[in-house]
Formats: sequence, structure tokens, C-alpha cells
Amino acid sequence: MRWLAFVLVLVPGMTYAGEARPLAENPLAEARLKHLAVELRCLVCQNQTLADSNAPLAEDLRREVREMITKNLTDQEIIDFLVSRYGDFVLYRPPWKAATVLLWLGPFLLLGAGASALVVALRRRTRRPLDVPMTEAERRRVEQLLSQGGSRL
Amino acid sequence: MKRFLLPLAVFVVLVGFLAAGLTLNPREVPSPLVGKPAPPFRLPQLHEQDKTFSPSDMAGRVWLLNVWASWCGGCKEEHPVLMRIAKAGDVPIYGMDYKDRRDEALTWLRRHGNPYPITAMDEAGRIGIDYGVYGVPETYVIDKQGVIRYKQIGPLDDEIVAKKVLPLVKELQSK
Repeated sequence: MRWLAFVLVLVPGMTYAGEARPLAENPLAEARLKHLAVELRCLVCQNQTLADSNAPLAEDLRREVREMITKNLTDQEIIDFLVSRYGDFVLYRPPWKAATVLLWLGPFLLLGAGASALVVALRRRTRRPLDVPMTEAERRRVEQLLSQGGSRL
Repeated sequence: MKRFLLPLAVFVVLVGFLAAGLTLNPREVPSPLVGKPAPPFRLPQLHEQDKTFSPSDMAGRVWLLNVWASWCGGCKEEHPVLMRIAKAGDVPIYGMDYKDRRDEALTWLRRHGNPYPITAMDEAGRIGIDYGVYGVPETYVIDKQGVIRYKQIGPLDDEIVAKKVLPLVKELQSK
């Protein structure tokens, strides 16, 4: 019985192990496609790149890009082809123009606003104790509390 | 009291932005094709395979190009609207059957009715790419010169037809 178990353990080791096939006949074109596809948005599942998406449209667009690569079009020509059809939205890196100024500068503006608010708040905090007037009665009370060594806490 | 004013103001502004964001539809990507000539194509017809259809056949007329497919859920929702437009006869609707099988498309039209004088077959989805199609159904209003004047992404409804499509069609027809 024990030898049978031993043989069974060896069985998975005998399965056929083939080498993964290359994705396309032309590995160079495939590398360019990969490089381009991560920069492009799949319009069906909008938060996925063309490289990640399994949507049929993404497959079609990859096919289209692959064909343009084999026709030796430059990256810019391929990107222009897609932008002329789907608009800037297809790009993960929006171009720098009037409509996108706020998009690019917004985070820095917010950071600046937050930083200046922090500076103002900190300055105000360090100044505050000096500004508070104290009566003689209050001063005596403070001294009394301090002399008790915080035991009343 | 005053110290709460600033956070409150920031909060209100933030809520305002988020509320506005909620009412926007992320699917509505402005098409760069509006105002540009409709990309040319010549595709086989769905019903008569040996005949073809091309936008150039429609020169001199205002027409709608409706991209649909039998596998598309939104198309079923939109279909009664198209049937009503076709019946009223204000503007012809030509179909483009996108990435579909002929037999299934024909069955679908038999079951739901056919608002299209002609449907072109874009089996490979290549013409769809030229038209920037990414979510069927999509509808294009094309003028007499063959220029795209409006693009509807997603199903048409009676409100969009009455407020946007038909007034635009009337205006273009009178030009």
C-alpha cells in the first residue's frame, strides 16, 4: 500500500511541462504595444489601461495598435489616431492645455493652501498665551495649583 | 463659534463639489468627432449581404446613425424610442450592427421590430473604432454635408430625443 502512495506522489511530476509560447511572432512589436498600452485608457472599464483590460473593445484596440506598429507608425502617430477618435480621455497622462490647467496645478494649489493654513495656525497658537490677560486672583490660583505639584489632576 | 466657520465653509464647498460630481456621468466622454466629417466606410448590409451601405449614400440628407447589437442590453431599452422616431418619420435612422452575428441580429430585429431602412454590418468592429464607439448603443446625428453634429453615448430616451435630437434635426434640415 505504501509503495502505491509513493507512486501516486510522483505522478504530478510526470506531467508535460511546455514552455510558454511568445505572445506574438514579433517580440519587438509586442514590447512596443505593451509600452503604449499602459499609457492608454480602456474606455469600457475606465480605470483600466488598454493593457489590463479584457473588454472586447480593448482587444480590438490592441489589435489596431499592433497593426499600426507593424506598419511602422511612430508612437505619436498611434496616439494621435486614438485621440482623434476617443478624445484626450483615452490618455492616462492628460495633455497640458487650458482645460487641464486646474487638473495639473490643483494638487499643488491645495498643498500650498494647506501649508499656509498650517503655518498661520501654528503662529497663532504660539502667540495666544501672551495675549491672555490674567487677573491677580487667577495668578494666585495658578501658583497654588502649581505648588500642589499637579496632585489635583 | 468663529473657529468653526472656516472648517464649515470648507466642508460646504467639498459637499458642493461631490454633489456636482455625483450628477455627472463618467461614461459621457465628449467626442472629438462632433463637428467633423463622419468617417467614410462601405459595409455590407445586414438584410441583403451583397449590397453595401456607405454614409456617402446619405449626402444631402439629415440622418441618424444608430450603433447597436443584439447582445447589447441598452439597445433593448432604447429600441421602443427608435421605433417611435421611425414611425413619426421626422428623420431616418440607419443602423450599424456592431460586432454581432448576422443570424442573431436578424432574429433580434424580427422580435423587436426594425426601425432601420438599412443596417450595415460591422462584424469586426473596425468602423466602430473610427467612430469612437465604446459603449453601444451610440447614436450620431449627421447633417446634409456628412458632418457629425451630435453624439449620444448610451441609450436615447424620449426626453433626449424631444429636447436635443429632434430640435437639432429640424435646424439642420432647414439649412
